[in-house]
Amino acid sequence: MTIRPEALPTQEMTINMGPQHPSTHGVLRVILTTDGEVVTRAVPDVGYLHRALEKIGERVSYAQFMPFTDRLDYLASMNCNCAWAWTVEKLAKIEVPERAEYLRVIVCELNRISSHLIAFGSFTADMGAFTPFLYAIREREKVNDLFEMLCGNRLTYNYARIGGVSADAPPGFLEKTREFLDYFEPKIDEYNELISYNKIFVNRLANVAVVSAADAVAYGLTGPNLRGSGVAFDLRKDEPYSVYPKLDFKVCVGTGERGTLGDCFDRYMVRINEMRESVKILRQALERIPDGPVLAKVPRVFKPPVGEVYFRAENPRGETGIYLVSDGTVNPYRLKIRTGSFVTMNLFETVTKGLMIADIVAVIGSFDIILPEIDR
Amino acid sequence: MKEPGNPVEAQSIFEILKGKFGDAAVDLQAEGFSPAFVVVAPASVKEIARFLRDDPALSFDSLMCLSGVDYKDRFAVAYHLYSMANRHAIGMKAFLPREAPSLPTVDDVWPAANFQEREAFDLFGIVFEGSKDLRRILLPEDWEGHPLRKEYKYPEFYHGIKV
Amino acid sequence: MSTGPAHGTASGAVAAPAGPALPGPEAHVLVGNADLFVNWSRKSSLWYLLFATACCGIELMQAGASRYDLDRFGAVFRATPRQADLMLVAGTITHKMAERVKRLYDQMPEPKYVISMGSCANTGGPFYKDSYCVVKGVDLIIPVDVYIPGCPPRPEALIDGIMKLQKLIMRKKNFGDKA
Repeated sequence: MTIRPEALPTQEMTINMGPQHPSTHGVLRVILTTDGEVVTRAVPDVGYLHRALEKIGERVSYAQFMPFTDRLDYLASMNCNCAWAWTVEKLAKIEVPERAEYLRVIVCELNRISSHLIAFGSFTADMGAFTPFLYAIREREKVNDLFEMLCGNRLTYNYARIGGVSADAPPGFLEKTREFLDYFEPKIDEYNELISYNKIFVNRLANVAVVSAADAVAYGLTGPNLRGSGVAFDLRKDEPYSVYPKLDFKVCVGTGERGTLGDCFDRYMVRINEMRESVKILRQALERIPDGPVLAKVPRVFKPPVGEVYFRAENPRGETGIYLVSDGTVNPYRLKIRTGSFVTMNLFETVTKGLMIADIVAVIGSFDIILPEIDR
Repeated sequence: MKEPGNPVEAQSIFEILKGKFGDAAVDLQAEGFSPAFVVVAPASVKEIARFLRDDPALSFDSLMCLSGVDYKDRFAVAYHLYSMANRHAIGMKAFLPREAPSLPTVDDVWPAANFQEREAFDLFGIVFEGSKDLRRILLPEDWEGHPLRKEYKYPEFYHGIKV
Repeated sequence: MSTGPAHGTASGAVAAPAGPALPGPEAHVLVGNADLFVNWSRKSSLWYLLFATACCGIELMQAGASRYDLDRFGAVFRATPRQADLMLVAGTITHKMAERVKRLYDQMPEPKYVISMGSCANTGGPFYKDSYCVVKGVDLIIPVDVYIPGCPPRPEALIDGIMKLQKLIMRKKNFGDKA
């Protein structure tokens, strides 16, 4: 005897995927309304890590704000540090020495690699495969060693300064970086063999949460999320800053190779390919880095001119834009940080309609959000 | 490097807006502002936003950033717009009075605006009329006050814990 | 020191409340070893709750992963507080999150320990002075056993903190009159 589905009355459940959850990449709360296993509505509730960075920015000086930018996106600290430094330099029209710019690009790309490694590792761990996480951390520890050699810390570096960087590369740093690149480049192929084309992994990601190119632009997606939907826009190529115009690399775009263009698998592959491109950029930067000073002369009590500036940098999680309003005093007047993850959450409710609960985990991981970027 | 489309200068964008909307396009802030800001009247923010997005010469299809600012005598909402096709950027600003600041929402023009408008509401108290969802986003639901206002006083206690 | 019922009580003394006979002096060796055994097994399998809020959470993850392996101390991560006996508060606690921290702590079964990892959990960290929504130390909400300073603390510092907690556990008396 078959039971007709419409004969059974069902009721929707409201489940809390609470702030403490192993797969939410931080303290994100998602309020799910589900019909059995299928999600009818997923509302994100953010703010559990709101630490008032923007208000702090109004109370400390420009140089003192640099350690706080570390905590903005702690997996891409160098990128955030340099974004803040570039913003203030754009406002005050400070000329940065070329060696400092090359060092900034080197650490930004190394940090991009280590951020994508964690994104890759924790994403596959969420999908149920724990081994790639340990492999990723093994590589990341080597990058941590390089950073420790350079600036002393493993996670929140506070390396960039307004006008340059805080310390020159110690002897042996550039050679060790080259060794790391030679060691790391074949590992990317190892990851592809290990997990990327695994049948179960692909089935969990293909055709899940497809975001079309027009939607991606309208909803403000940036970075690998935007490129995963087929839009070939990379700030390093299209609105270049620092020494990126001199470096040659490809923009990695999703191709819809397994499933539809713009699904979770595309976003994941964009990150894997970006690691390869970062290795290319690093090799070129290591060849071309000139000698010279690493810090421009900036007055002790730094008062930039009155004005407003908006600077965008390509961070591993999207575009980090800093809107800085200055009134000529030692503290910024208003500091607004626009981060990739915060704007990506706009799309979350639309894109998760009709998915299973397990797919919500895939969506969160494929967007590679991180909570301090959302909450600041 | 991608070939840029046809970027349009800020002054010309201001002229176009002035021609189409008259007094709603109030002013151009160019000196010391990067990108330049077109100051618009708050009530016409939605029509101007729609025009900026749909006009083929301008085609600002991407809202980069939406932020509230508290100039001491008035509030402002600053929009940073970017065109993927033409590779140009412009800022749009609307000044609001300090008591009861409100203006129409742009989240039907650029859906990217929704969370950022909620943040401006949460931290400044600026009301976006017609928004599909205007609630506090970063602070707890029962928080009192709008912290990023310049005159905000930090509370003593919250739920029994010292702030 | 014997705690047995008074033998040969004289008349007129208040009778001790009736109950099971307490062990005599020779039982202290047994109780002492039982303590040792229980404490040793507790300290060698400290299952910690994956409670990573902010940057210290990454150091926690890295400490539990490839190079610095917390698993060799018997410490595996659990996602649910019901199966954890150690709560490693790693990261900033905001006022919005504070109530949930208390709830998670209450959901853990006894015996439970709390390690406060990093400056933000110890005292509020770099957000102490100017932030309006950061709780200035997780010990305002739940009792803390070990504090680990650092921003973020190195995985070696975290391991040192866990070893201090293990020493603390070994000193605890579970049975006998001093429990």
